[in-house]
Amino acid sequence: MSGRFAELRVDRVRRAFGSHVALNDMDLTIKGGEFVALLGPSGCGKSTALNCLAGLLPLTGGRISLDGRRIDHLPPEKRGFGMVFQNYALFPHMSVRRNVGFGLTMRKVGKAELNRRVDEALRMVRLTEHAHKFPAQLSGGQQQRVAIARAIVLEPPLVLMDEPLSNLDAALRLEMRTEIRRLHQSLGLTTVYVTHDQEEALALADRLVVLRDGEVQQVGSPEEVYAHPANRYVAGFMGYRTMLPVTVTSWAGEHATAAVDGLTLTGVNRDRLTGGPAVAAIRPEDFAVTEQDGENTIRAEVEIVEYHGREQAVQARLPGGEPLHLRTTSRLAPGDAVRLRVPVERVLIFGADS
Amino acid sequence: MTTVALRHRLAERGVDRVLLLLVPGAVFVALLFLYPFLYGLQLSFQPKDGGGPLANYRRFFTDAYLRDTIWITLRLGLPAALFNVLASIPIAYRMRGRFRGKRLITTLLVVPITLGTVLTAEGLIEYLSPVGWFNKVVMALGLVDEPVRLVHNYWGVLLSLVITGFPFAFLLTLSYLSGIDPTLERAAATLGASRGQRFRYITMPLLAPGLAVTFCLSFVLAFSVFPSAVMVGEPQGETHVISIAAYDTAFRDFDYSMGSAVAMIMALVMLVVIALVLLWRTTLYRGATGGKG
Amino acid sequence: MRPAAWLTWGALAFFMLNLAALVGAVLVNSFSTRWFGTWWPEGFTAAWYAEAWREYDLFDVLLVTLQVSLAVVVISVLIGVPTAYALARRNFPGKKLLSLLFLLPILMPPMTYGIPLATVLYKFHLAGSTAGVIVANLVPAVPFVVLTMTPFIEQIDTKIEAAARMCGARTSAVFLRVLAPLLVPGILAASILVLVRTVGMFELTFLTAGPDSQTLVVSLFYSVSAAGIRAQQTVDAMAVIYTASMLVLLVIALRFVNPTQLVTRLKDPAQ
Repeated sequence: MSGRFAELRVDRVRRAFGSHVALNDMDLTIKGGEFVALLGPSGCGKSTALNCLAGLLPLTGGRISLDGRRIDHLPPEKRGFGMVFQNYALFPHMSVRRNVGFGLTMRKVGKAELNRRVDEALRMVRLTEHAHKFPAQLSGGQQQRVAIARAIVLEPPLVLMDEPLSNLDAALRLEMRTEIRRLHQSLGLTTVYVTHDQEEALALADRLVVLRDGEVQQVGSPEEVYAHPANRYVAGFMGYRTMLPVTVTSWAGEHATAAVDGLTLTGVNRDRLTGGPAVAAIRPEDFAVTEQDGENTIRAEVEIVEYHGREQAVQARLPGGEPLHLRTTSRLAPGDAVRLRVPVERVLIFGADS
Repeated sequence: MTTVALRHRLAERGVDRVLLLLVPGAVFVALLFLYPFLYGLQLSFQPKDGGGPLANYRRFFTDAYLRDTIWITLRLGLPAALFNVLASIPIAYRMRGRFRGKRLITTLLVVPITLGTVLTAEGLIEYLSPVGWFNKVVMALGLVDEPVRLVHNYWGVLLSLVITGFPFAFLLTLSYLSGIDPTLERAAATLGASRGQRFRYITMPLLAPGLAVTFCLSFVLAFSVFPSAVMVGEPQGETHVISIAAYDTAFRDFDYSMGSAVAMIMALVMLVVIALVLLWRTTLYRGATGGKG
Repeated sequence: MRPAAWLTWGALAFFMLNLAALVGAVLVNSFSTRWFGTWWPEGFTAAWYAEAWREYDLFDVLLVTLQVSLAVVVISVLIGVPTAYALARRNFPGKKLLSLLFLLPILMPPMTYGIPLATVLYKFHLAGSTAGVIVANLVPAVPFVVLTMTPFIEQIDTKIEAAARMCGARTSAVFLRVLAPLLVPGILAASILVLVRTVGMFELTFLTAGPDSQTLVVSLFYSVSAAGIRAQQTVDAMAVIYTASMLVLLVIALRFVNPTQLVTRLKDPAQ
């Protein structure tokens, strides 16, 4: 089962727990060498999807095939995929060496070969000098690297990672993120990576799969998902913090104009709306503080200011009380009246119930 | 493919091959606990001397010598269980945290488990006999003029139940108490609660459900009193407990049917008391106690 | 609050003092040549121990006790551990009912199910033999193993088993190489606790034992009933032997388990 593959197909895969559908008819094609991130908040079905791929959860419906060969009926130990768990799941009664070598022992690899490959994997994750320690004697980051070494030592066709960085502190998380991407590239792995952190997903993945309540919301490159979220939900998840309830008053081609609190905003008409209630989604960094009234400019009052070094994160309110979130290098203070301009292309207008 | 589909459908509900591991255990309880129990139940409705299915039960409740065993046993079991639980609370409360000699005291409190009923009975008989050390001391101190009679009657059995039952109640109470997060009491202290108030409003309500379980287990232990009722009690009189009645009818008179009936009545009385305690328990807060479990 | 503390410790000290005197009385009597009505016996001797050893066939009784307890430990672990594993790891229809069924033999007084059980065992000619005593003692022992092992199994992360599978381990390898080594402390604890409980179990052994299959507790009870014929010192000597062996077991047990585990670790039946 070892080695590269051309294509892994996930075909209408479904998993229910009793009456609760955790994953609903998921379709996805993963090409060899790709780094795919499954992204969504907890309970969205991303871990269910990963466990279905691993074989740890039987499917309720659908099929998974590797280069045309159906694998969804195989138990996990026969699929030959590698997996890195959130809490690392290291065997507490085995040394680092035996943890990493466990899979090779299971495959009855000869002693010399086993030692060579374990040494190689430990070198790759820079743990050579800790080989004889036990998991409890290692730091969180070191344990994480043992877990990665244990998964990659088998040279699996597919590596599955289940929120591997979420138990690490902020600085270590950035370091390990780079490490994971480096290993992926230098070993030519195919990786499926589950996370709830959009920044992590954008930084690592070649392709993102955004999930919500077991349904795939959008599949696309980081650029696509970041700049052109498919719907209001994906927009909210990708950092469009301001979500103004508006009413569409006019529409033409790609754009629509909407009214809120007596002001008007023109933006991209994502849902081809023709009037009615809608939501205008704007990222904090797309607001610009300006001196004059003009196109797409709204007035607001500064309410809360957070210091973020060169920038400030500001919460302001429209006259009607709707909150806005923006980042700016201008120095503002609570109570200031400001005018804010947004480029038309950076306002996304979605239907209110999409 | 349909067998795969069925297997998946079952796995969704948690049914898969792992459940095969249950088979030996389930067969075991069914064969050696459930079957004998049901067998005894139906046997109790087939009286040896005829007279209809309920004859055994009618005989039990009309014969004062048998009927009174319920009252006699409750009169021993309830006070013993209550005393063991209540005495455990202040001691366990002071055993939380770390201090010098804690291990020694715990071990001393646990040691009575090793005594067994016979050594306890022999000890009570010798220590509390009219010429034993206890009576010698209280008479030398001038507390009484005549030796106190504390064995071969109700008190002997009660003392024996306290000695054997207290370690169990204490250990259970201690484990429930250490499951309560001590920061809760500290939080109450910062809000101005005195020691007494902290115990009354914080610890006690969180401990109460555990105490209910402790009481039930202590009661079961005390209610099934048998050897000590024979050795330090008055087995044909004041301490003619229900276990003695059950044993005597089954294995002295060889009336298995009546013996089973007495055993069933015993189980029923015990279940009624436990049900009442657990019913009271449902009115209490039973969520997390903030501790490590 | 200080007076309350003194009261608590004082009451405890009083209880302990009386308990020590009680045990002391038996211990002194078992070594005394003659002791009646005085503060202290006339002289000391170890002869009663030798007599008890001979009179009550203590060697055979201890042998039976050992056979019964070891058999009960081994069988109850073999049946109980897989059951505990399945109960800890799976949710299935009827799980609550089955858990309750495993709780009842510990909750019920042994007399209530012991009498019907003994009746059934007599019917199948199993009672009166060592095998019958073992079978009867297994009834509370198996559920006790299940109850003690369940928390041990629950604290092993299921992800560790999943990780072993992802490394290519089959079910047998997962059990032998990963679960078994992690469960050894739990199995040891459960075994020693079952051992202590079986050695001390009176009712079930009493109901099912024949003359050649008595364990130490039961033979002690009979010796008390027949005490009129023999000197009370031999009974006391035997009781001391029993307590000494239980004490050894308890000391061993306390090395492996938390004292609170000596009593049943009840999981909330209502939750």
